[in-house]
Amino acid sequence: MSADQIIVTLLGIALSFLAGWYFWFSERKAVKIKTTDSGGQEAFIKVKGGYSPNLLVFEAGKPIKLTFYREETASCSEKVIFSDFNKKATLTPFKNVTVELNIDKPGEYNFQCEMGMLRGKLIVE
Amino acid sequence: MVKDPVCGMKVKSPSKYSAEAKGAKYDFCSEKCKNNFLSNPNKYIKPINSSEATYSINSKGIEKLDIPIIGIHCSSCIPTIESEIKKLPGIIFVKVNIATEKARIEFNRKKVTAESIIKAIKKAGYKTGQSDLSLGIVGMYCASCVTKIENELKNLPGVLSAGVDLAAEKAFIKYLPSLVNIKEIKNTIEKLGYKTIEPAGTEKLSSKKTLSEREKIEKEPVDENQLAREKEYKTLIRKFVFAAVLGVPFLIISYPDSLGLPEAFRQGAPTLRYLWIAMSILSLPIMFWSGSQFYTGAWAAFKNRSANMHTLISTGISAAWIYSATATFFPEIFPKAELANQFFDAIAIIVALVVLGMALEIRAKGKSSEAMKKLMGLQAKTARVIRNGQESDIPIEEVVLDDIILVRPGEKIPVDGVITEGSSLIDEAMITGEAIPVEKLKNDEVIGATINKTGSFKFKATKVGKDTALSQIIGMVEQAQSSKAPIQKIVDRVAGYFVPAVIIIAILSFVVWYDFGPQPNLIYALIVFVTVLIIACPCALGIATPVSLMVGVGKGAENGILIRNGNAMETAQKLNTVVLDKTGTITEGKPLLTNIITTKDFSEDEVLSLSAGVEKASEHPLGEAIIKGAADRSLTLYEPKEFNAIPGQGVEAVVGEKKILLGNIKLMKNHSVETGDLEEKSKKLADDGKTPMFIAIDGKAAGIVAVADVVKPDSKAAIAKLKKMGLEVVMITGDNKRTAKAIARQVNIDRVFAEVLPPEKAFNVQKMQNEGKIVAMVGDGLNDAPALAQADIGFAIGAGTDVAIEASDITLIKGNLKSVPLAIELSRATMKNIRQNLFGAFFYNGLGIPVAAGLLYPFFGILLSPIIAGAAMAFSSVTVVSNANRLRRFKPKLD
Repeated sequence: MSADQIIVTLLGIALSFLAGWYFWFSERKAVKIKTTDSGGQEAFIKVKGGYSPNLLVFEAGKPIKLTFYREETASCSEKVIFSDFNKKATLTPFKNVTVELNIDKPGEYNFQCEMGMLRGKLIVE
Repeated sequence: MVKDPVCGMKVKSPSKYSAEAKGAKYDFCSEKCKNNFLSNPNKYIKPINSSEATYSINSKGIEKLDIPIIGIHCSSCIPTIESEIKKLPGIIFVKVNIATEKARIEFNRKKVTAESIIKAIKKAGYKTGQSDLSLGIVGMYCASCVTKIENELKNLPGVLSAGVDLAAEKAFIKYLPSLVNIKEIKNTIEKLGYKTIEPAGTEKLSSKKTLSEREKIEKEPVDENQLAREKEYKTLIRKFVFAAVLGVPFLIISYPDSLGLPEAFRQGAPTLRYLWIAMSILSLPIMFWSGSQFYTGAWAAFKNRSANMHTLISTGISAAWIYSATATFFPEIFPKAELANQFFDAIAIIVALVVLGMALEIRAKGKSSEAMKKLMGLQAKTARVIRNGQESDIPIEEVVLDDIILVRPGEKIPVDGVITEGSSLIDEAMITGEAIPVEKLKNDEVIGATINKTGSFKFKATKVGKDTALSQIIGMVEQAQSSKAPIQKIVDRVAGYFVPAVIIIAILSFVVWYDFGPQPNLIYALIVFVTVLIIACPCALGIATPVSLMVGVGKGAENGILIRNGNAMETAQKLNTVVLDKTGTITEGKPLLTNIITTKDFSEDEVLSLSAGVEKASEHPLGEAIIKGAADRSLTLYEPKEFNAIPGQGVEAVVGEKKILLGNIKLMKNHSVETGDLEEKSKKLADDGKTPMFIAIDGKAAGIVAVADVVKPDSKAAIAKLKKMGLEVVMITGDNKRTAKAIARQVNIDRVFAEVLPPEKAFNVQKMQNEGKIVAMVGDGLNDAPALAQADIGFAIGAGTDVAIEASDITLIKGNLKSVPLAIELSRATMKNIRQNLFGAFFYNGLGIPVAAGLLYPFFGILLSPIIAGAAMAFSSVTVVSNANRLRRFKPKLD
């Protein structure tokens, strides 16, 4: 094996590990949502090629209000689906669309676009 | 303070502006309101109507609320409602009045809201006259506006709750339509200095528009999302055209040898170098304009530590561009001349194809949700309401409970209700899926959004706004479409690992080809790397289940079958046993006249008209069947005299100078009537599950009239169909064994559970489940609720306008048993479609990725070109959506 082949091999393996670590195992940044004075929990989620933030932490038992703002017309992100609650919202581009949830049971609840390309998670503690 | 009857403002009494009408004095806020009032007092004076709700608050915060309740038929309903309300905190007094159909409640508004009282009434199984309204508000700039508007609205009598969303610029109001109308609510908001916009869906009308334009807008609500989709489609097509127009010449230039281009285009020629430079520059707008979504999407995902289709494509084309640009500008750094090659053609064509695929997908997905759009478009826009004797066309949002609505031939019925006058043929196909128009008479239920075919009639609104069958159907379909089928769980698990795995495979394939591949190894390694990234299609995988579920659920709704969620859809195909309730499910649920047997001295008509005459005085349901039978033959009935009911035997009366006895054999024997062979005949009728009644005229046996709960016309065929589909059919009933067996014989059911009390039905279902069966229970949603809930799939049949039956997994709007095999067939077809899609998507990726990685190369010398990979990827998800759209053509198989 020539020197360049050894370099490419090592580099390839290193890159694979890096990709695996970055996408699967690295710690994601979770946004903790604070409870407002009125007892609700409100979060703003920007939708453009993904949800940001896409990992939100809430407290159980308090009403949750998620406001989505879709900054694109790409059809992928048109719908946001909370299948644990049989809820779906159509996100009109460049408009605020609110989804209200009441989650009493702590746990992790996913939300996603219709195809499942864009994903987010609510962590209820 | 009193209320200005015109604008609704609170004014001092007596005020400067006052007028008298109909013996009462009215105060106004201004001259204008007064004049408006005087021009047409009837319009503003609310009649004292029993269905009106009233509402008052005293200084201690104790609120008095009179609230109309719909559907109180018996005094036994009262304790149910009262006890449900009393469970709430802060209730001081509650009384339900059956005569006025109203509940009077006094409560402490600090402890309990009117809304929770209404919820309690609903929980007891009754409805109140509550409406929902969402109203756009313009001019709010701060959070304090929100509180101001909310408080003002909450103070408005009849408003139960009001919430204002600053971000959405909307107010959501729950109110009692009998007490306050949309206009008053709007006035309240506008008085505070804000503008209101018509309820969602309709665009604000500007006065500049011509009448015809305005009409058009009113008819076609503007769907912003639809517009956005259209715009996106057009943008994608433009992006496709740009990439394709450049891509085709790129492609030609890239294959000089095989296309026989002149020497100047061959590798190493100076002209070609200039072309490469041009291509490298022209590829940039292809990548960053036509393919901009790949980069923005990939970056957004990357920031969130996730990867998707965009990640794959942007990585692939970027790698190809960097390599090609290096070969173009710095060919000398490559150790061998043949390594300095370019892939600009692949970049352009891949972008063009994937973008085209995305555009086609938008179109295809539009079709998938067609059923839903059709449902939403069904709603009528206006209703012709008769109030205070005056007809007026009002927006459907303002129709309130108990309004009398006039419908003429060819018109859409605006809301749900009961016919009070007139009759007609009504086309209910859009709601129930029943193709043949249904005849509706007085007291029959009509469903909003159905079309009146022949006659004019008036009906009383019993469900308005969100409570109408159509609104409930839309809500249910929407919910079902956003639920997940259990099968989706596998996909979700895979999806989480898919894209990063593809990236790793692509990197490792590059390494393997670089280390062990043929020369020029760098080129091969790059091609394989790009091809693997491009061919993988996570979208096809992601969309496989939801799109079929969406089409399947929509198709069900078109046929009057409402499937609650993905779980119900998936379970229905696995059923192997169907338990049918007898009364009302297999049979009509109400007795009908079936036989008239006469002795030789009397005619059928005579026997029937006299029996019916006697029954006119009785209130027995069997009697009604006899009267209806006589009416169907247009017989004249005489009024009975000296009517006397003999408990356990029957009745006696004088009809038209004749002494009539009508009842069982005991009655005949006690009056020494000779029955002859009639007794034998009656036994035969009884064996058939019918109820025979002897009739004696002036002491002489005249014959038998028999009534029975008859089998619905389609039941037998539906049961045969279920059996043919391989399902075991079982009948369950509270009725006696003899009747049960008789009905079972008629419809060919072998297994019968008779004399089962309603609570025991659930137990019987469970017993069958313990036998290892997957059981469907079909029954009405009320009496059979526990059994429906116990069954793996509960079918609530004949829901009519009562579509949101909690206990059921599948609601059948039609009373026809044929919907049951149809629903199971639909579930089978949908799940088959989902499996096809999943198989296709897994198979495509499972086969495509290894082939792209060059697994076939050592054996057959096959290696995919990145362009082919781009085409395959672009059309894989379109194929999945198109396959799901095939379900739209689902038709029940003919028997």
